[in-house]
Amino acid sequence: MQAFTTLTGLVAPLDRVNVDTDQIIPKQFLKTIKRTGLREGLFYDWRKQKDGSQDPAFFLNQPRFQGATILLTRDNFGCGSSREHAPWALLDQGFRCIIASSFADIFYNNCFQNGILPVVLKADVVLAMMKDVLATPGYQLTVDLGNQTVTTPDGTSSRFEIDPFRKDCLYRGLDAIGLTLQHEATITSYEARRKSEAPWLFVDLRA
Amino acid sequence: MAAQTLFDKIWESHVVRAEPDGTTLLYIDRQLVHEVTSPQAFEGLKLSGRRPRRPGATLAVPDHNVPTTDRTVGIADPLSAKQIQTLEENCRDFGITLFGMNDIRQGVVHVIGPEQGFTLPGTTIVCGDSHTSTHGAFGALAFGIGTSEVEHVLATQCLVQTRPKTMEVRVDGVLSTLCSAKDVILAIIGKIGTAGGTGYVIEYTGSAIRALSMEGRMTLCNMSIEAGARAGMVAPDEHTIAYIKGRPLAPKGALFEQAVQAWQQLKTDADARYDMTVTMRAEDIAPQVSWGTSPGMVTGIDQRVPDPRTITDENQRQSTARALEYMGLTPNMPITDIKIDTVFIGSCTNSRIEDLRLAANLAKGKSVATGVRAMVVPGSGLVKQQAEQEGLDRLFKEAGFEWREAGCSMCLAMNADVLQPGERCASTSNRNFEGRQGAGGRTHLVSPAMAVAAAVEGHFVDIRTWK
Repeated sequence: MQAFTTLTGLVAPLDRVNVDTDQIIPKQFLKTIKRTGLREGLFYDWRKQKDGSQDPAFFLNQPRFQGATILLTRDNFGCGSSREHAPWALLDQGFRCIIASSFADIFYNNCFQNGILPVVLKADVVLAMMKDVLATPGYQLTVDLGNQTVTTPDGTSSRFEIDPFRKDCLYRGLDAIGLTLQHEATITSYEARRKSEAPWLFVDLRA
Repeated sequence: MAAQTLFDKIWESHVVRAEPDGTTLLYIDRQLVHEVTSPQAFEGLKLSGRRPRRPGATLAVPDHNVPTTDRTVGIADPLSAKQIQTLEENCRDFGITLFGMNDIRQGVVHVIGPEQGFTLPGTTIVCGDSHTSTHGAFGALAFGIGTSEVEHVLATQCLVQTRPKTMEVRVDGVLSTLCSAKDVILAIIGKIGTAGGTGYVIEYTGSAIRALSMEGRMTLCNMSIEAGARAGMVAPDEHTIAYIKGRPLAPKGALFEQAVQAWQQLKTDADARYDMTVTMRAEDIAPQVSWGTSPGMVTGIDQRVPDPRTITDENQRQSTARALEYMGLTPNMPITDIKIDTVFIGSCTNSRIEDLRLAANLAKGKSVATGVRAMVVPGSGLVKQQAEQEGLDRLFKEAGFEWREAGCSMCLAMNADVLQPGERCASTSNRNFEGRQGAGGRTHLVSPAMAVAAAVEGHFVDIRTWK
């Protein structure tokens, strides 16, 4: 996984609440057996107008937001389906950081598995940034994972919270499965103890 | 020992180790796998040269892409076919049990787990699917995960987790005639909102919950994720144990008796504390109909479509106006005036035998309204077989419903069962997101009983007084 330390990047605004993963990447793009190439499905239905042409009002279609690496959005981003295709598609589009006033749990987890930093800031801070992004072409933010801050162009910093363990894994780009396998002996002894307490849990389903 | 909630007991018994910040390596007893969220996980195992730690703890089934029409002719969509073929190959390569598309035991992953006795109280169960919360009906800690975590569980039988908070949702009293678990959970989501449960595991308690059948409890727990909670649970009781006994994958003989003794301890201690409690009265819950594009946008059948102009909160006003525009609804119109084009009875929320029995008996002797297309998709091949043995298929077909093969079908429309733009559907599924059942499609979430009545009348009606 790609490590995340600091990022200064162009910000794209998605001024909506409750953006669900069906909107981030609709079902027809879930038939892939790969993790890559999902950019074309990102916000597929919202990119289009009723006649099928590209909607110039949608942020992803606007030249000024091309190359954005930070997505700024609102409450409960990523709700609904657990599809990891959602962070894969965002990553494929170039987003490494998503700032929102809140996230749905599964999506939030999935971001960390893919080197994307999800940042929760207070709703009023997000709203103020949203206004600035829309009013200021080329608006950039600096996200510093080590110091847990987001800094605006005028130098104002907002601190965000993150679990120390998750932070460390993302900061160093660690392989999550490899980390768990370092504790294989502990897992084995857990299994042995558990099997004596609850043997029915260890019946092989293939039998 | 300090008093514990049901959640605390299951969590504590699955801690393998904990980091100083509380991050926990949690043991996962069982995993369900389907074709959409697993290919990249198996690919990851192959690329890293890893093998599943306990292939015998995993059960796989294709459900999202399968056609609900005659399967002997194969799958028309080559991408769907490829995904299902990939699942078959992966299960063969890694030694995982698969119920293939033509196996009578095939069905929606959250229907077949309980049906087979795979789902047991006190276990941790995961699946790359958010509706894994369904299995919490048995007093299991069951939650949806992403594909990277599917791979993690295959390789290690563990997951790295932060401990969620606990929420009690207590519903006491007696439900009105033909009001169901679906109406209860929709009313709960309407009350606490689609992010109300974020960061929590919900335990449903109270006399109205105790009175629910196991299938009702599955419907209830299924939609916990729509309230933002990754998991919902109901403490096991005699209904739970009776349901499990004798199922193919359930423990047998002395092992079953030993398990039952352990399951009887799985309840929240009298003096245990939840981080939050929400209460409702069953009598206050009317049959629910969603009117918007999020499951929290829901109201009683005796209510009206909201008027954005009367909403003071700017965000809520905007999202309501946007939802009404997408849904093609007029502010203040009575819910009963909403006319529908399509009816879908199915999904991991409402496709089990009790749902079909109730729906078929309500459809008996009636006819689907002119211009309405109504389909019934059983949750599994075994549910379908049972329904046919009871003659339910005949009741449906005589009333003008289509009777189909098992799968996820129009809940998310990954197969050929898709709404056309602007088409309006009364659906027993769980999500009314924009485009969920087909681009431009309009979904109203309802119970099976409400769906049948809407199919017959061509618009929503109050099932409590419907003749």
